[in-house]
Amino acid sequence: MSDSGASSVFEGPNSHIGRSLSRASARRTVAGRGRYTDDITLPRTVHAAFVRSPYAHARILKIDTADAEAMPGVVLVMTGAELAERSTGPWIGTLSCFEGMKSAPQYAMAVDRACWQGEPVVMVVAERRALAEDACEQIVIDWEVISPTAEAETALDAGTPVLHPDLGDNLAFTKTIDRGTVDDAFASADIVLEESFSFGRHTAVSLEPRALLADYDPGTERLTIHTSNQVPHMIQAVFARTLGVPEHNVRVIAPDVGGSFGLKIHTFGDEVAATAASIELGRPVKFIADRLESFVSDIHAREHQISARIAVSKAGDIQALEIDDLAGVGAYSAYPRTSVFEANQVLNITAGPYKFENYRAKTTVVYLNKVPTSQYRSVGHPIGISVGEHMVDRAAETLGMDPVEFRRRNVMPDDAYPGVAPSGVPVNDLSHEACLEKLIGLMDYEGLLREQAALRKQGVYRGIGIAGFIKGTAPGPQGYYGSGGAPIASQDACTVKLEPSGGVICTVGVTDQGQGVDTVMGQIAATALGIPLDQIRVIEGDTDAVPYGGGTYASRATAIGGEAVYQASCDLRREILTMAGILLQSDAETLDIVGGNVVTAGSGEIRVPLSEIGRIGHFQLGELPNDYQPTLSATRRFRLTELPYIFTNGIHGAYVEVDTDTGFLRLLKHWVVEDCGRLINPNLADEQVRGGCVQGLGGALYEHCLYDENAQLLNGSMADYLTPMAAEMPDIEVAHVETPTSESELGAKGAGESGTGAAPGVVMCAVNNALRPFGAAVTAQPMTPEVVLRTLGKI
Amino acid sequence: MKAPKMTYARADSVAQALALLAEHGDGANVLAGGQSLMPTLNMRLSKPDLLIDINRLEDLAGISVEDDAVRIGALTRHAAVQRSPIVAEHLPLIAEAMPHVAHVAVRNRGTFGGSIALADPAAELPACILALGATITVESVRGRRDIAAADFFKGLFETERQPDELLIEIRIPCQRPGTVHAFMELSRRQGDFAIAGVACAAETDGETVTDAKLVYFASEDRPTLAANAVAAIAGKVWSDESRSAAMAALSEDLDPMDNLQGSAAFKLHLQRVLTGRVLDQAIERARAA
Repeated sequence: MSDSGASSVFEGPNSHIGRSLSRASARRTVAGRGRYTDDITLPRTVHAAFVRSPYAHARILKIDTADAEAMPGVVLVMTGAELAERSTGPWIGTLSCFEGMKSAPQYAMAVDRACWQGEPVVMVVAERRALAEDACEQIVIDWEVISPTAEAETALDAGTPVLHPDLGDNLAFTKTIDRGTVDDAFASADIVLEESFSFGRHTAVSLEPRALLADYDPGTERLTIHTSNQVPHMIQAVFARTLGVPEHNVRVIAPDVGGSFGLKIHTFGDEVAATAASIELGRPVKFIADRLESFVSDIHAREHQISARIAVSKAGDIQALEIDDLAGVGAYSAYPRTSVFEANQVLNITAGPYKFENYRAKTTVVYLNKVPTSQYRSVGHPIGISVGEHMVDRAAETLGMDPVEFRRRNVMPDDAYPGVAPSGVPVNDLSHEACLEKLIGLMDYEGLLREQAALRKQGVYRGIGIAGFIKGTAPGPQGYYGSGGAPIASQDACTVKLEPSGGVICTVGVTDQGQGVDTVMGQIAATALGIPLDQIRVIEGDTDAVPYGGGTYASRATAIGGEAVYQASCDLRREILTMAGILLQSDAETLDIVGGNVVTAGSGEIRVPLSEIGRIGHFQLGELPNDYQPTLSATRRFRLTELPYIFTNGIHGAYVEVDTDTGFLRLLKHWVVEDCGRLINPNLADEQVRGGCVQGLGGALYEHCLYDENAQLLNGSMADYLTPMAAEMPDIEVAHVETPTSESELGAKGAGESGTGAAPGVVMCAVNNALRPFGAAVTAQPMTPEVVLRTLGKI
Repeated sequence: MKAPKMTYARADSVAQALALLAEHGDGANVLAGGQSLMPTLNMRLSKPDLLIDINRLEDLAGISVEDDAVRIGALTRHAAVQRSPIVAEHLPLIAEAMPHVAHVAVRNRGTFGGSIALADPAAELPACILALGATITVESVRGRRDIAAADFFKGLFETERQPDELLIEIRIPCQRPGTVHAFMELSRRQGDFAIAGVACAAETDGETVTDAKLVYFASEDRPTLAANAVAAIAGKVWSDESRSAAMAALSEDLDPMDNLQGSAAFKLHLQRVLTGRVLDQAIERARAA
């Protein structure tokens, strides 16, 4: 605890905490003044394009690049084998914390075998992208097609081709959580209900695709990588190691980033290849993934099949839950975060809001000849929440209990913390009861029930859904990445500096992808320092400029990075007051900083502006005692010490209408009450939740990477892959319960994924609530009209 | 996603465009609104030697009424058709379909003639002009000819237009008193190509459909007239029974494509649902008229 008096700082007249400011970049990006990677053009830049495998599984017999090399404007053609010679070796996407996990060595481009349709095979670098694409068409590859493994259900069967013979089979990972006495609970249960679910593979579709501009300077031997990315320091470490450049000679700059959603925290071979080309050529090389190659090279996510059973007592208590998950990941486990994290999270969070002891959850993760899967916004949560909330609804329905009443009875009470979720993950500072009651009021649950009943008499089928959740945010060092062996920081850091003018520079390891991280960091620093917001500049996304940090992923920016900013700013404030005390011959304890001026605490009388502190502190140090040397800067790091995650919680409500003749759904309204601890900027938190909901609704209703039996992606374009659009989205009303986390002084938890996690589940619950009169339930996502009609037995 | 190398020619007159088409035939693509062509070029699905830009041929744009028919020039933008008082008055079926044609940005550039010439099976306008019995005028250096809409659409993106012919205009008979129209489609998202859809132009006598053109789109490889469904209801008072008869007969008219948008059974089911709904609406309108 600092001596600055935390609560008064957050609530005082100086506070920018809790203010709904627009994001700092809003005006300039709307005006077209954003500066994304593709907006950066360096002299002598050349452009990379890739020949990608047209087959899901095929041996490369011969590559003839002669014609391509002779094409106009071509400066370099590089095969996977040639790139391998310029790399330090393949990577292996395993983490030691996932016991028994295995994955095959993966090269940045296929060397002798391609394992998914879209895997990069040959890179062409040319004066312009179009010329590179022209030359790509002239490359002739002799392929020997191998049988692909396309289905997770049969991936482990005898007779199914094994993707990587050295691994022995197609099993990536298996894990079982077994708590309490599950078998006994089911054997003695009053009621046991079973269900099976399937979840379609989908992908992030960020508005700005993956983009990279690598610039190797042979003179200084420095490698600068401009890239649309969330985790600059991880990219620095991975690219340096893979390409054999000393890490401290690699600078990674993430300029404006147009959406990321977990897509841009992974290692992509085409980006490594383009960087290798820059080293080879001594010229800047740009690679911008186009939309078609994005669909077959960006990570995919969420291909799961789950069977579940729940035991409940007649009185309405959950007695046990068991789930068995099968996840089909891609041809390799993604490096360095793995492709099994998602399944692991499904096990951790399913039925997370509820107080019951007997829980068994098993996952089996198998390799397929498809695009590698990995972390995508709200990793695993949409699956676990859909399954858990559906089972809870079925239990309530079977008992004839109202789903709200059933949840009231079964959620963990707000005074039960610290505690553990059914899976055993530690949870603290949650507010399921408060969120549930707030939601019921917000959505006028009773009124909706009346309307639903009245409309049903007219043949209109509306459904009301409720879905609670826990969400793992802001992982700590007890978690997975760093402790599992990956070069990924779980701490984050901030340096704040007082400039001679009195302005403050705040550099942070966390990054902004358009959601307003920089704005929030500025609010925290300005509040802790007591200065106006326009007196502060936040710098992020440049490994040369900012202290080492993990970047932005897993809803960690505000919870982890924000606390580092707060601590560093409190330190700087103390130093400024100490120096002011010396100059003013006053006790520093009697001074405060308000509105950018050192003032007398209490009265607010202005004593000296920060510009004067800055001027003297930098230019006229002679006015200070010889034994006093202020640094006018402070650096702090923050990491979790007790918990593997700061778990958050919340609950969604949905109101939908099902056209039972066509199977089409109308989303009428969506509500979210969530608890991200102390709200720094309610407007930006709400926007995170809304945007997240839309992304979740996309997966629930529209988005689906469709593969045929040869593991060919059938709908890899924006014409055929449906993303959610504004016209179909409901109004989303957001409210908050604020339970600050005990892990930090600031008390903020993550908010960025709370929309995505529960939106699919709540809509599934609402649809099934609407379909109750038909005795039918949809358990496959996306819930397309055809799925609904089949469920109803109409086709 | 960069277009392949190709030659570009901007036609300053219809004659020049026709001369280029005569010279290059299949090797040339006509660029009008470009809303379908440009993506296929950028995806390199289409690699013409020559792109003939007709956007300066102002003579090909415009809407007028001549001899009880509305003449819509091939280069007329969708947005202009949507805003046209002539279309609203004389072609209410097309006015009703227009908001379903893609999105505002596409309608601002895309052209009426382009939609007809492309013959996308899921497009709204080919179905509408077939229901309304339109005539399509094409021209080449060999001369001008008129093609009935019923003869124009040959299959998936295939039409009666020959490679050297340019689509000039579409003439659509004005809606006569005593006829009603209705248009419905089902698409996953507003502005998407439909999964199922029907354009209906019906003659009614009280509660009885005496004759009708029911044209289905999206499920078939071309806009498809449903003769059997109409036969099942023609001359009968509209009722639950005739609705069921029309829906049942539809399987004799349609043979839906199984594709990414859904199975054949799913599409036939949706077209049946739309059949009932579109005829309900037509009768409703006849009653109100």
